[in-house]
Amino acid sequence: MSEEREMITGIEAPIYLQYKFTAGSAPARFLSQVKKGVLTGQRCPGCQNVYCPPRGSCAACGLPTEEEVVLSDKATVQSFTIVAIPIPNNPIQPPYIIANLVPDGSNISFIHLMSECVNEEVHIGQRVQALWKPEEEWDYAMDNIRYFKPIDEPDVPVDRIGTMPVTGWEG
Amino acid sequence: MANLAAVVGIGQTKYTTKRGDVSIAGLVREAAANALEDAGLGWDDIEAVIIGKAPDMFEGVIMPEIYLTDALGCNGKPMLRVHTAGSVGGSTALVAASHVQSGTFKRVLTVAFEKQSESNAMWALSTPQPFSVHLNAGAGGYFAPIIREYMRRSEAPYDVGIKVAVKDRLHGARNPLAHLQKPDITLQEVEESFMLWDPLRFLEACPSSDGACAMVIASEDLAEQSPKPPAWIRGVAMRSEPTMYAGREEVSPQAGRDCAADVYQQAGITDPRRDLDCAEVYVPFSWYEPMWLENLGFAAEGEGWKLTMEGATSLDEGGDIPWNPSGGVLCSNPIGASGMIRFAEAARQVRGDAGAHQVEGAKLALGHAYGGGAQFFSMWVVGSEKS
Repeated sequence: MSEEREMITGIEAPIYLQYKFTAGSAPARFLSQVKKGVLTGQRCPGCQNVYCPPRGSCAACGLPTEEEVVLSDKATVQSFTIVAIPIPNNPIQPPYIIANLVPDGSNISFIHLMSECVNEEVHIGQRVQALWKPEEEWDYAMDNIRYFKPIDEPDVPVDRIGTMPVTGWEG
Repeated sequence: MANLAAVVGIGQTKYTTKRGDVSIAGLVREAAANALEDAGLGWDDIEAVIIGKAPDMFEGVIMPEIYLTDALGCNGKPMLRVHTAGSVGGSTALVAASHVQSGTFKRVLTVAFEKQSESNAMWALSTPQPFSVHLNAGAGGYFAPIIREYMRRSEAPYDVGIKVAVKDRLHGARNPLAHLQKPDITLQEVEESFMLWDPLRFLEACPSSDGACAMVIASEDLAEQSPKPPAWIRGVAMRSEPTMYAGREEVSPQAGRDCAADVYQQAGITDPRRDLDCAEVYVPFSWYEPMWLENLGFAAEGEGWKLTMEGATSLDEGGDIPWNPSGGVLCSNPIGASGMIRFAEAARQVRGDAGAHQVEGAKLALGHAYGGGAQFFSMWVVGSEKS
């Protein structure tokens, strides 16, 4: 009963890994506030810089960050890229903008999407504001903010980026 | 004071998109066997194996070093795995060197690899976490904004990256092991290639490769008996810094500057452009050449791009300090191996064994690797002489 068969040189065996994310104390406080539609940071008692999202310590000073600070959902573009690469299973259709954004009241950038903008006109120092999902969709997740969009405020000079107070920027 | 150690054998695989003919075990064994042959040694001459690769998610094989012991002939011998993200190939070589410099072993085998065809590194780098939005943009999405900031500060012309992309591919065309073989590449071809992560074009980014690199590192007395010239290890340094802290200098990270200062001091280098004959530097995206020229002290801040544009780093233009004569990461990128390839190619240069990409008379060379969010750095300086 022997029959000629093609040699098997490889098989496809997809693996599915599910991770259960357990937030530490600082991300837990942060995510609880994000669920209510509020961005918060934590201030370092040494250098006084405010971290958002907070990781519970200041990596520069090696100190725990306890003091919670409520931030604005307005931010400044520190830098950005226009992503055109198609990535398998990516729900976001390219081209899209990923920007390093510093929210007012914070001293470090996070990465988020920018939209409702002309890609070619996005620039360093540009002012933007969060566009939140409808409240009933809010969860313990940073993508409660759908994206950031440009607002009609003057650009922030490069040497001032990362130093905006929570009260904002008058130009 | 550390003992002297040297590279006495180097083995690589031909870098390519997919090595369907070998498993991971077959891939690493091929590089290791090539290194032993180059050293004129056999498996029994090796006392320990130091292995490195990028995160396990890249192939979906967890702790692959366990299953690779057989393939690397180290049953019953000590084996150590090193983890430092993209810089791991360099760090692995340094950990191997330290086991000889400390006198713990007389002769070790070190291997680094990646078989990118078995997974999707872009996916592996983009695991969702609730405190940041899931953007799926890969390494280019992380580094492109930093490059944009470098361009703004330095006021470099827009085509510096294009020039690097052409230069490294012309270098790679001299290296039969290089993955991308593009001897006819032109500036126009790079400029017209698809914009992937603005300002980075398709041809300004590294490929995705399968490959492994291995070295045999030996103590001074054994190295002196080696059939081929040893590459003497003249300086070794590692530095790291956190990914995120307020005020972090992302364009020219402090850890990179400190690492370079340390390795230069050990090797007696005061002016790297003058004192070194060539360098193999981790440049996965074109603009990282001018950025690292500054970070590593080959040029003053804001001036790195001028060296690139003058042809100082080009073999073909007769530059005084060729960078990546092998074609670099822009030609071959088996991620976990890429750092070790830089270290091994620096050693090939000072052994006078680099074939068509040999820098004539090279006596002192730098090998460099970086990883993570440009936060892990490893470097060595190798020389044709002991001091």
